[in-house]
Amino acid sequence: MPLLISRLASAAVVIFGVLVLVFLLIHLVPGDPVEVMLGESAQAADREALRQSLGLDQPLLSQFMTYLGNIARFDLGISLHSKRPISDILLERLPATLELALAALLVAVLVAFPLGVMAAVKKDSAWDHGAMAVSLVGVSIPNFLMGPILILVFAVWLGWFPVSGRDGLASLVLPAITLGTAMAAILSRMVRATLLEVLGEDYIRTARAKGLGPGAVIWRHALRNALLPVITLLGLQLGALLAGAVITEAVFSWPGIGQLVIEAIQRRDYPVVQACVLLISITYVLVNTLTDMAYGWFDPRIRMGGAG
Amino acid sequence: MSSNKDVAVTLKPSRFGLASVLGLWLPLIVIVLWALVALTASFLPLAPDQIALEHILLPPGSELWLGADDLGRSLAERTLAGAQTSFIVALWVVLVSAVAGTAIGTFSGYLGGRWDLLVVRIIDIFLAFPGILLAIALAGILGPGIENVVIALSVVGWVGYARLARAQVLSLKHREHVQAAVALGAGSGRIVFRHLLPLLMAPLIVEASFGIAGIVIAEAGLSFLGLGVQPPEASWGSMIRDGARYLLVAPHMVLVPGVALMLVVLSVNLLGDRLRDKLDVRNRK
Repeated sequence: MPLLISRLASAAVVIFGVLVLVFLLIHLVPGDPVEVMLGESAQAADREALRQSLGLDQPLLSQFMTYLGNIARFDLGISLHSKRPISDILLERLPATLELALAALLVAVLVAFPLGVMAAVKKDSAWDHGAMAVSLVGVSIPNFLMGPILILVFAVWLGWFPVSGRDGLASLVLPAITLGTAMAAILSRMVRATLLEVLGEDYIRTARAKGLGPGAVIWRHALRNALLPVITLLGLQLGALLAGAVITEAVFSWPGIGQLVIEAIQRRDYPVVQACVLLISITYVLVNTLTDMAYGWFDPRIRMGGAG
Repeated sequence: MSSNKDVAVTLKPSRFGLASVLGLWLPLIVIVLWALVALTASFLPLAPDQIALEHILLPPGSELWLGADDLGRSLAERTLAGAQTSFIVALWVVLVSAVAGTAIGTFSGYLGGRWDLLVVRIIDIFLAFPGILLAIALAGILGPGIENVVIALSVVGWVGYARLARAQVLSLKHREHVQAAVALGAGSGRIVFRHLLPLLMAPLIVEASFGIAGIVIAEAGLSFLGLGVQPPEASWGSMIRDGARYLLVAPHMVLVPGVALMLVVLSVNLLGDRLRDKLDVRNRK
């Protein structure tokens, strides 16, 4: 139980720090943020109105207090571009990003496990080297290159999937593969490495000695224990996934949070940029904290030892 | 930035066998070429911004061997100019973030106490942002341009080095040679620079080598999103973005810079793997 509390407490500290940094983002705008957002031709009265509504005429500390108060009420401000509450816009965009992230996760797991297990079982064989070479190429292809290549082959030449947009399951396939590839590559290496480690343990030798077939040894004994580090990695990789979604969404015009960040940057709609960064980062922190706690829950050794 | 460094790949090293050629010599050649192009591009008779209307969307062939883009500019020359952009950014970001991160991490681990606690908290907070996202937001807010790309990526990049250096110092500072130096009355500066930093180098170099791959991808990513170098300057990322619009008629506009980018990233990753095995850095957490 104390472990749980200390995890939650450190997550709270981190989230507070994230709030401070995100709050400060708008003050990094070179020059006068209001002028940058409205353009040079704006009327002085409009500028003053925006400055007041963003609270930028207040001292920094009281701005921050107001900001915290607003966040606590889920009030993220008003979009300068659409004049709508930012929280509404985020809620509209969120399902698309979640859908994409989950689909990518599925792709990653479906590819990584067979690949990693095969590489570990046939260690040092051509299969192993082939699988690891594939994974290295997978890590080295960035989303913004993978996406256009997939579009070229499967949408333009073969015509199997739509080029872009979000319209039904078919439109999800290429973005999910694009976003999931890097994760699949990293995950398959992890599966291979941890499985190899576990396969060297005594209880595996015992399992083999008592006459279990290779399939049962791998799937029932080895993989179960190899899962723990893999789960942690999944949690950590979710951040990369959410951030990678920004670029993937831009490639496929996928109407999610990532696309929103880019649109907002182009329109200098900084409150929206802040809100998106805040949402993604806090999601990331929460998922990691949950993974951490799940890790302890899955593995009694950690729970008892209180390591961390 | 990338977690692929956590998991080792084992290609059996055997002097000049296939694995060695693919895993060591080819990547080495690619990296040396990349560096050479980057360092000499300013002196070469290149005209990457030269618009030639008669060459618009020209496919690779005898006239221009890698073809031309939508403004008729030579893709070969733009790819070379892009190599310079990515190399300069990678060099600066690694330099700035490695020096800053190592300094912060080393002193935090060495001094311990409240100062260390604060640094750990700050590191945790920076790690709470998915790296490239913070870079996108920073680059977007600071405005486009190569300097801002370097700033944005360094702000994200220092954390990895700081965490690594701190962890290493924590385990090193109780080693006997350090204790002996303390007992002999050596000052903090001497201990850090003579007795700790040299031992930190191996893991930091491995971190930096993987870091380069991440930075090359991140710079191209920012440029792809329009947040990096500004036109007409060339970056592999912005070339891919321009090319994506002409995918149907001129796929070479994406493929040429794409292949260049992949070759460099793949080579850096392969060499990083090699380096890690060579320096035998196991204890990296």
